[in-house]
Amino acid sequence: MNDAIDVSGLTKAFGAAKALDGFDLRVRTGEVHGFLGPNGAGKSTTIRILLGMVRADSGTVRLLGGDPWAAATELHRRLAYVPGDVALWPNLTGGEVIDLLGRLHGGQDRKRRDELIARFELDPRKRSRTYSKGNRQKVALVAALSADVELLILDEPTSGLDPLMEAVFRDVIAEEQRRRDRTVLLSSHILSEVEALCDRVTIIRDGRSVESGTLTELRHLTRTSVQAEVADSADGLTGLSGVHQLVVEDGRVRFDADPDALGAALGVLADAGVRGLVSHPPTLEQLFLRHYQGAAADSAAAAAAAQEAR
Amino acid sequence: MSAMAGTATLARLVLRRDRWFLPLWTVFPAFVLLVFVGAFNGAFPTAESRVEYAETSLHNAAFTVTYGALQGPGLGELVTWRAGFLPVVLALISLLVMLRHTRVEEEAGRRELVAATAVGRNAAMAAALVVVCSAGAVLGALCALGLMASGLPTTGSWAYGLGITAVTWTFAAIGALVAQVTTETGSARVLGVVVIGLAFLARGVGDVSAQTGGSLGWLSWVSPISWAALPRPFSGERWWPVAVFVVVIALLIAAAVALSARRDLGGGVLHPRPGPAEAGPRLRSPVALAWRLQRGGLIGQAIGAVIVGGAVGGIAVSIGALMTRAAAGRELLERLGGPGTVIDQYLAGMMMLLGVLSCAFAVHTLLRMRVEERDGRAELLLAGPVDRLRWAAGHLAFALLSGAVVVVGAGTAMGLGLGAATGDPSQVPRVLAAALVQLPAAWLFTGLAFGLLGWLPRWAAATYAVALVSLFFGWISGELAPDLWIRNLSVFEHLPKLPGGAFTPVPLAVLTVAAAALVAAGFLGLRRRDLAPG
Repeated sequence: MNDAIDVSGLTKAFGAAKALDGFDLRVRTGEVHGFLGPNGAGKSTTIRILLGMVRADSGTVRLLGGDPWAAATELHRRLAYVPGDVALWPNLTGGEVIDLLGRLHGGQDRKRRDELIARFELDPRKRSRTYSKGNRQKVALVAALSADVELLILDEPTSGLDPLMEAVFRDVIAEEQRRRDRTVLLSSHILSEVEALCDRVTIIRDGRSVESGTLTELRHLTRTSVQAEVADSADGLTGLSGVHQLVVEDGRVRFDADPDALGAALGVLADAGVRGLVSHPPTLEQLFLRHYQGAAADSAAAAAAAQEAR
Repeated sequence: MSAMAGTATLARLVLRRDRWFLPLWTVFPAFVLLVFVGAFNGAFPTAESRVEYAETSLHNAAFTVTYGALQGPGLGELVTWRAGFLPVVLALISLLVMLRHTRVEEEAGRRELVAATAVGRNAAMAAALVVVCSAGAVLGALCALGLMASGLPTTGSWAYGLGITAVTWTFAAIGALVAQVTTETGSARVLGVVVIGLAFLARGVGDVSAQTGGSLGWLSWVSPISWAALPRPFSGERWWPVAVFVVVIALLIAAAVALSARRDLGGGVLHPRPGPAEAGPRLRSPVALAWRLQRGGLIGQAIGAVIVGGAVGGIAVSIGALMTRAAAGRELLERLGGPGTVIDQYLAGMMMLLGVLSCAFAVHTLLRMRVEERDGRAELLLAGPVDRLRWAAGHLAFALLSGAVVVVGAGTAMGLGLGAATGDPSQVPRVLAAALVQLPAAWLFTGLAFGLLGWLPRWAAATYAVALVSLFFGWISGELAPDLWIRNLSVFEHLPKLPGGAFTPVPLAVLTVAAAALVAAGFLGLRRRDLAPG
């Protein structure tokens, strides 16, 4: 009962296309859980199964202790959802939609609603057809966040928001996190957002969970990208294990370093008379790239082995 | 009952979204009946004149196909018979409103937003059914009250109201079922309209067959369109068909609920197959894209037109044959102008329906352009090196083609059907020519829609309303009040009544020129105005 969401061995195929292939996910009650994956990895399918809108072919799903397909309505009273691509009724105003969704939930905190509308700078009197994607998203966010629920399921909720509003969103979620009585499942493909907000992360690829754990636990996956300007040559980097994609061109050095190798690499740079240094955490792309490359290499090796055996 | 949770709130949403349209179509049938009561009282004030009118109408097969079987010469019988197009209109409205609140919502992704709240799996369908069926009950009651207020017997009035309500409920249930089967709104609408078309055809063939002593009379029983007439309002009411209605409606709803409980949200019973991974070599222009979007519809329309045309042409002969059978019929036939005239009269009536159909298809095809714009897909396209006018011209071309496909397909099939039955191949060009005469009406409404797209894009769909009003003016005046000025407002009444009637080129030329002017105005507007998504 400690887990808000417990999914194991989930599979789902749409005709011949396999969307989920033995997927596992555990979200503990009270945490903000990041759900990362590239487009088409199965994030939205998973969420739809969690919402009881799509039935899994096999595997077990427990959501707030219940079966999301069989007890969809009862469970939905205890959760709120923001779709990735929010569609609204063109001739209803944003305020009308927020109240409608609130009523359907069976209760809404009016003060919180008004406060959120103000914070997101949403004009609730405009008709939905005139809203941009970001404003439609705000409507769904205000409706979800002002509902009195235990679980928030957010599917790429910031994809249409401007940086200012994204900051407001982060603040609001951080407040939720401090309350510790709400669980949030946040699907995203923006690593920095997940890093800023989430306690734990699950990474999905090709319908399978490839990694799951706290961000610190996932650090082994991450390499720091470093760019430096040096006075002398930084040849010491060449032999260093844990330094990858090294490029040296007249006084400039670029490389990616594993966490363990970072200290040694910076030592080399310091000895070489570093004059400028830019480093940034690995992007999700790099992370996925590594996983994809791994998978591609594996299957190439398997194919070669099969060739050999013949 | 948790599958129904939230139904009341969702029903309020349906009411909110349809707050203008719903009252309109609820009042509409009673209004039509009152207009007909007035028209019949004015045109045929005496019992003798009504008997004579009934006698001739009984032998006009075009009337029987369009309105159903006339039961007798009483005012109530005449009015409810002449309003026999109402069940078709109500069937269409009930079905489309059901789809609007079920499958359309699902395809647009709004259902997902709602389904994630504490709302039951069947709540959306239940809410739409509750609203449409309530509207059906109210409009049936209004019909009954309207007829009673006109001085007609109470029993007959309520029998008619009940029948009309049964038609609305049945097609609401069919709409609920169809929404479960397909994943796309477009295919759901097509499927539903095909069901209505078949029901209409079945009533026509069944009633004509029953009147002529044929063996296909049972078809009227299968067709829900004819259910409004089954309780026999004003001519010896019978109530047991109501039990049949209740059973059929319950079965349809049960089937829809069963399907809804099994399928995924957004999915249907029929799975769409995966398409090609790469675009075909011809998909390289806006016109090619328009063809890609429209071709399925065009092919379907062509097939449907040929089937309906063939059936309409095929039964034409039996109409002439049946009337020579009875001696009384033979005498009447002489008075009406002989078997050839009777068949021509029937075909001319059918041509008018064909004209209306071709208008509907042409306008529907053109409005695809508006949907593209509204949903922001035109923006995507026109952001590329695509000329706006050429993009619009492509859609216009397909609209005109769509109207022509229906007319040519059905006209040829009608001619072939008649030619095969009479052994006279010269019928084919004669009937086809009579069909082609309908095209300028389709052009006019296409032009109107295009003009609106150029200047008031959000109002383009109002073309349907203008066409309906135009049709309605002809329908309530027609042979009942040929001198009525509103008859002149009906585009369809100005077309030559072919085959059989005189060919008058002037109205055709006027319509064509007006259509061209509207298209030109449309292009002018399109060049100036902003794109209007949303």
